Amino acid sequence: MIRFTSVAKRYDTGGGPALERISFHVGRGEFVFLTGHSGAGKSTILKLIYAEERPSSGDVRALGFQIPRITADEIPRLRRRLGIVFQDFRLLTDRTAAENIAFALEVTGAREDVIPQRVHRVLEQVGLATKADAFPRELSGGEQQRIAIARALVNDPAVLLADEPTGNLDERATRGVYQLLRDINDSGTVVLMATHNLELVRASGQRIVELRDGTLVFDSAADQEEVS
Amino acid sequence: MKLLWREALLSFSRTRTLSALSVTTIAFALFVTGLFGLVALNLRAALGQIEERVEIVAFVLRGTPSQGLAVAMEDISAFPEVLSVRYVTEEEALAQAKADLVEFRDAYEAVQINPLPPSLELRLKPGYRDAAHVGEVAERLRGFPFIEDVRYGRDWVEKLDRLRTIGGVVGGVIGLAFALVSVVIIGVTIRITVLQRAREISIMRLVGATDWFIRGPFLLEGAIKGLLGGIFAFLLCFAVYALFKAQGLGLGTGLRFFTAIHAVGFLAFGMLLGLGGSLVSVGRHLRKV
Repeated sequence: MIRFTSVAKRYDTGGGPALERISFHVGRGEFVFLTGHSGAGKSTILKLIYAEERPSSGDVRALGFQIPRITADEIPRLRRRLGIVFQDFRLLTDRTAAENIAFALEVTGAREDVIPQRVHRVLEQVGLATKADAFPRELSGGEQQRIAIARALVNDPAVLLADEPTGNLDERATRGVYQLLRDINDSGTVVLMATHNLELVRASGQRIVELRDGTLVFDSAADQEEVS
Repeated sequence: MKLLWREALLSFSRTRTLSALSVTTIAFALFVTGLFGLVALNLRAALGQIEERVEIVAFVLRGTPSQGLAVAMEDISAFPEVLSVRYVTEEEALAQAKADLVEFRDAYEAVQINPLPPSLELRLKPGYRDAAHVGEVAERLRGFPFIEDVRYGRDWVEKLDRLRTIGGVVGGVIGLAFALVSVVIIGVTIRITVLQRAREISIMRLVGATDWFIRGPFLLEGAIKGLLGGIFAFLLCFAVYALFKAQGLGLGTGLRFFTAIHAVGFLAFGMLLGLGGSLVSVGRHLRKV
């Protein structure tokens, strides 16, 4: 599904490389934690997957798209097969929860008559069917993140990318969002979650890819392969 | 299409103050352009009226047989530049001179012999009333054996030519400058709207909207703002025209206002400016993010 091969990334703004010699592979049905301190390169990896950035060298493949050579026309097609969730939710504040989710369908040209039922389905999936008409300001942080996840899910993505989705949430909401992501993963969607919440990562038993100063220092999957 | 209209109108209602400000700014930018257009229109009308006075007088040798003269007049009428040819007899010329030059009336009364020769008075079609064409026709007239002399006020026609050239250049340059200023103002105004909705644009991109899909509502919004601005500017221009007309001001030809075609062109220009401004602003933003 996703493959990084000797990827390096340098930003034009100067400074050291954001990523160096990164190689890893994420297969079908996996749940992967990307961990590391702030500035380690977690967000850069996610940006390379959804083609917000291009690698300086090396190759990134995501859902069959070759990111270094991806064209402007292909980027929307790639993103329609990905779901993306951020720490700051990125909801439109002047639209209701349902409208925020419907918006993701509308911009991809979905048929008008199927939108309400698909919105309702994902709202139920994230447990917020009763909050369909609420505006983001009327929802708690955890609820806003669930709406953002629902929006990411509404196009039935093959891969869900979550960049610090629990960064702004309290302990209870964090557990709730994590459980939701687990459920999504159980239904077959690949989940790649960037976080520096080590407690959550350690308790999860999921695959861990750890970054430090732009280099990959630990991959539990590779470690297990070595052991076996 | 429905979504396009909904998003564009939603943007209007969500940012009422900014939208009103945009439309007002566009209206004033177009108003200045429109005022200049009105001045140019009236100047051109005045010049056109002066041009109508361009006339060639060919003096005919006394004793020219009338049959030969009639044939020649037919030939002259067939010149592509000629609008009309009139034969002025000696008597008519004297009567005209007496009427025009009152101070010499007594002198004309005293003379026994009419000193004024018969002549042909030529008027030219619009578009041929410049020095080059007038000179050419005069030269051709001199080729007729019965033509004694040709007069057309060379200096005056050349001055008119210069006036026309200066008018055209100044009009073109100032008109273009005003139009460019309007484009810049409209572009900046729409850029503010784009920046205000930067978050929405970034979300649209993340969920897989194509750039043209993102542009759509902005382009429609820009076109609507341009059109509204154009309508307001047009009404303001009409108000200024009505005010001047009520004061009896004009360039001797009576004040003129835009024709229906001008009006449609003006509104289409406003709409195109709004559309163009949006296209540039959104395009620049999408390239940056």
